[in-house]
Amino acid sequence: MKNIQIIGLAIFVLGLAIFSIIPFLGSYQLEKEMVADTVKEEHQEILLDILQPMYGKTYFSNFAFVSDYRNYFDQFNGELKEKEAWDEVIWDDYAFALTKASTKSEVKNQPFLFLGISIFASVIGALLYIFPLYRHQPEGIKNDGIYHSSMKSRGVLGIITGTYLILFYIILYWFPEYMTNLVWMVDPISMGLSGNPATQWFLYGLMYTLAILVMGIRMFRKYRGNKYQTLRTASVMFFQISFAFLIPEIMVLLNKPWHDFKNIWPLDYSFFYDYRMEGMLSSGAIGMFMLVWGIILIVIGVPLLTYFYGKRWYCSWVCGCGGLAETLGDPYRQLSDKSLKAWQVERYMVHGVLVLAVVMTAVTIANYFSGFGLLGNATNQLHSFYGFAIGSAFAGVIGTGFYPLMGNRVWCRFGCPLAAYLGIVQRFKSRFRITTNGGQCISCGNCSTYCEMGIDVRWYAQRGQNIVRASCVGCGVCAAVCPRGVLKLENGPEKGRVNDLPIIIGNDSITVKN
Amino acid sequence: MHSNSQDFCNRNPNRRIVIIGNGIAGVTCARQIRKMDNSARITIISGETKHFFSRTALMYIYMGHMKYEHTKPYEDFFWEKNRLELKQTWVKKVDFEAKNVIFEDDEPLNYDILVLATGSKNNKYGWPGQELAGVQGLYSKQDLDLMETQTKGIKKAVIVGGGLIGIEMAEMLRSRNVEVTFLVRENSFWDHVLPPEESDMINRHIREHHIDLRLNTELKEILDDGQGRAKAVLTNHGETIPCEFVGLTIGVSPNIDFLIDSTLATKKGILADLYFKTNIPNVFAIGDCVEFHKAPASDRKNIEQVWYTGRMHGETLAHNLCNEPVKYQPGVWFNSAKFFDIEYQTYGWVPPLWDSDFNSFYWEHPEGKIGFRMLFESQSKIIKGVNAFGLRLSHAFFDQVIKERWNADKVIQHLGKANFNAEFYEKVHKDISKRYDLEMGTNVSNPKRNFLKRIMNK
Ligand SMILES: Cc1cc2nc3c(=O)[nH]c(=O)nc-3n(C[C@H](O)[C@H](O)[C@H](O)COP(=O)(O)OP(=O)(O)OC[C@H]3O[C@@H](n4cnc5c(N)ncnc54)[C@H](O)[C@@H]3O)c2cc1C
Ligand code: SF4
Ligand code: SF4
Repeated sequence: MKNIQIIGLAIFVLGLAIFSIIPFLGSYQLEKEMVADTVKEEHQEILLDILQPMYGKTYFSNFAFVSDYRNYFDQFNGELKEKEAWDEVIWDDYAFALTKASTKSEVKNQPFLFLGISIFASVIGALLYIFPLYRHQPEGIKNDGIYHSSMKSRGVLGIITGTYLILFYIILYWFPEYMTNLVWMVDPISMGLSGNPATQWFLYGLMYTLAILVMGIRMFRKYRGNKYQTLRTASVMFFQISFAFLIPEIMVLLNKPWHDFKNIWPLDYSFFYDYRMEGMLSSGAIGMFMLVWGIILIVIGVPLLTYFYGKRWYCSWVCGCGGLAETLGDPYRQLSDKSLKAWQVERYMVHGVLVLAVVMTAVTIANYFSGFGLLGNATNQLHSFYGFAIGSAFAGVIGTGFYPLMGNRVWCRFGCPLAAYLGIVQRFKSRFRITTNGGQCISCGNCSTYCEMGIDVRWYAQRGQNIVRASCVGCGVCAAVCPRGVLKLENGPEKGRVNDLPIIIGNDSITVKN
Repeated sequence: MHSNSQDFCNRNPNRRIVIIGNGIAGVTCARQIRKMDNSARITIISGETKHFFSRTALMYIYMGHMKYEHTKPYEDFFWEKNRLELKQTWVKKVDFEAKNVIFEDDEPLNYDILVLATGSKNNKYGWPGQELAGVQGLYSKQDLDLMETQTKGIKKAVIVGGGLIGIEMAEMLRSRNVEVTFLVRENSFWDHVLPPEESDMINRHIREHHIDLRLNTELKEILDDGQGRAKAVLTNHGETIPCEFVGLTIGVSPNIDFLIDSTLATKKGILADLYFKTNIPNVFAIGDCVEFHKAPASDRKNIEQVWYTGRMHGETLAHNLCNEPVKYQPGVWFNSAKFFDIEYQTYGWVPPLWDSDFNSFYWEHPEGKIGFRMLFESQSKIIKGVNAFGLRLSHAFFDQVIKERWNADKVIQHLGKANFNAEFYEKVHKDISKRYDLEMGTNVSNPKRNFLKRIMNK
């Protein structure tokens, strides 16, 4: 490793360490006005009252503050619940908003300084590490040392990284009140973009985008000379920064609902939720466009583009989850499970989630049109179950936290309902396939090892069979790492796409049906 | 020859087929027999590993691209599911009279049909010092494990022998930043197979990877450090090159030592006809270890030591054991390799040198890492074969073109169809055809103009 890379790595780790310490800095002090500013009208009176003991009191950690807050709040709710006075229970969670408002820290006072020494330092450190990669080496993909690397082969470093990511997601989804300092740190950026204060989701979106950009640059280095890899990486970087990050903030600036125009139901599972529908319907022409565009993508865009190009047009060129998997997750692609068993589990799971998403949405729409009648309660319960189990736990905690443990496409492979939908189209009605090159396969296993979707590519290649699989996201890495030029991703006539009885050319004595 | 298929081999329903060797040849044979014969009892024996793995991928294990388990083409449950019994042990000898396979440490195993698929072993030359610690070849999993220990933490290595395994070994060591000196006896890398331009491209690429390539250089002796370890090599130019590891990669030969003192007819390999039949009834030989009495075709050798031929031998023998026997008849030759970052594919016949009966067209990309050669008959312009470097070509296309004896002009005109590169890659076939027109005075790069001209000339 060159010195500059060592320095880069050191800066990166330091930035990450500072980022991890920031939540513990500063103190917290709640004032009456804060409650008045943050809490909904109908809850104000009660909360102003029950939180009275906290006013003016300085807490030196967010743990102490949140714990006190929960005490008072739960005491109030607990009593009501005991009395089964369900209507009076406050279901809204004000912990994050109130903790954020109460935060007093240097981070809040000097957000740019802290942003600089944490997130931006990490970015710069990572870039210092990445730019010199493969510098004096000829073009070509080098997977050297991956299985000797603790980070990339489920060693101690990999497990630590996975654990860190999992913890981060758990805090982000369920305990954001502990990361208010971090949210304050990005507040000015959010204000600048949309004119609104930052939430934990803005922080997350910013980090997500930076991760894709930085690790996208790593992709350019790693797959240097491979045009397919370079172009699709540039594409996910573009879609992330514009469609997923900037345009939604601009929408908010224009007083329109936050909207990611490239996100498609059922990945975007809340698309048909009443608050989203109302948001779109009450936002004039742009809102109407959001709704119509979203529906066009579902009913025409997905089948048509998948017919012509395979599901890759979305999964490895456009999608945000795919974008993170293909950039941040690329170092872990080899960790996906290739066994037949994993494939069986995958098929049940991913299609199960699709069915669940469809049922949930059907109930939601029925409920919407029946005017929130009978189905109201069921819908809410379905929504919260889906949001918790699929939206947060599966897509977030497992989907990304498990990169270093189970590979970079755990969510896409086992959980994403949109991938399931795209996959069904790809399997049964598409021009996309991976063609194998006659008898050239030497069964080395590079393709299967580096397939992030856990497809045993070699199993097809060594028998001369085209790879037509629902799960293939067309990342093209199998073809890129094949040392014998056996695999080619292509769109072609449907005829001859699926060859169930393949013949390997080269032996004129007999025709072997494999 | 074997018109009476009953004479060919034992065809009893419960025949016991024993295969020595679980490489591509033996395993392909076993798999295909099972597809056609549900009742035979099939046992595959190997001392090397329990399960079939891809020998061609050994280098990737060392380089950390894969682990051993990734090189297994079938999951472990596959064998039991297909009732292919596996036995991991070394065969000491075969008692062909009693039809018994005799092991070093187990009861003898009786067979009705014996398939010998024992592969190759590393050649040794008789150099002084070749038995020292730190000196080895690379063929088996055991060799790889040895190389792992022998190269731990070393700084300098010498590789002797400019062939495919030699360059792989060089790449392996470079991946761990070991300084490599590569001794090649010939004037240029692999020049008994590659024409000068191609060979030179690889010379350049080897050097680009910071390897000290010494052409025209032979090993004389490996020097002992006094404790039984190699400390340097001495070349025929009198130069001493210090090193901690010496890779001897001067080719392989059939692995038949344990069969030599028997009634089985052998020469360099196990002698067999083109039905894989040896001189002993019900004993067959396939893969690297077989030596045909007569080569299967004029452009083929009596011993074929590549993955693809091993597979074809296995397929064909399985067919013969289960059906009316057919003669082994390989189709158009093809092969491939990868020299560091440059992929190589070849189809048909392209020797390193040719006489005036043949004409060659060679194109190279200005950056010197993509090359294309076509060899064809001078008079008829019938294509004989192609070499491709840094360029993926379709096997199906060239199999057809060479079989159907296409005219070279027509091949170049349709070269776009042979493109197997990934999408968005530079389309070099246009440059190739332009260059072809320039050299040959043809007009294949612009078929439309050609067509107009034909119309106007009428
Ligand atoms: C490093 C390397 C790279 C290569 N790369 C390529 C390539 O890229 N392309 C290509 O076409 N070819 C390549 N080859 C050659 C190719 O691997 C061989 O041609 C092929 O593996 C031979 O297959 P086989 O089934 O005949 O024998 P093998 O694969 O050698 O299998 C024979 C097995 O029999 C076992 N055996 C032998 N004797 C006994 C005994 N007495 N008792 C028990 N077991 C025994 C051996 O241990 C071995 O496991 C490469 C070879 C090497 C070593
Ligand atoms: S099969 Fe190839 S292209 Fe498809 S997901 Fe796997 S590695 Fe990517
Ligand atoms: S990487 Fe290529 S040669 Fe290796 S198993 Fe896959 S298709 Fe075959």
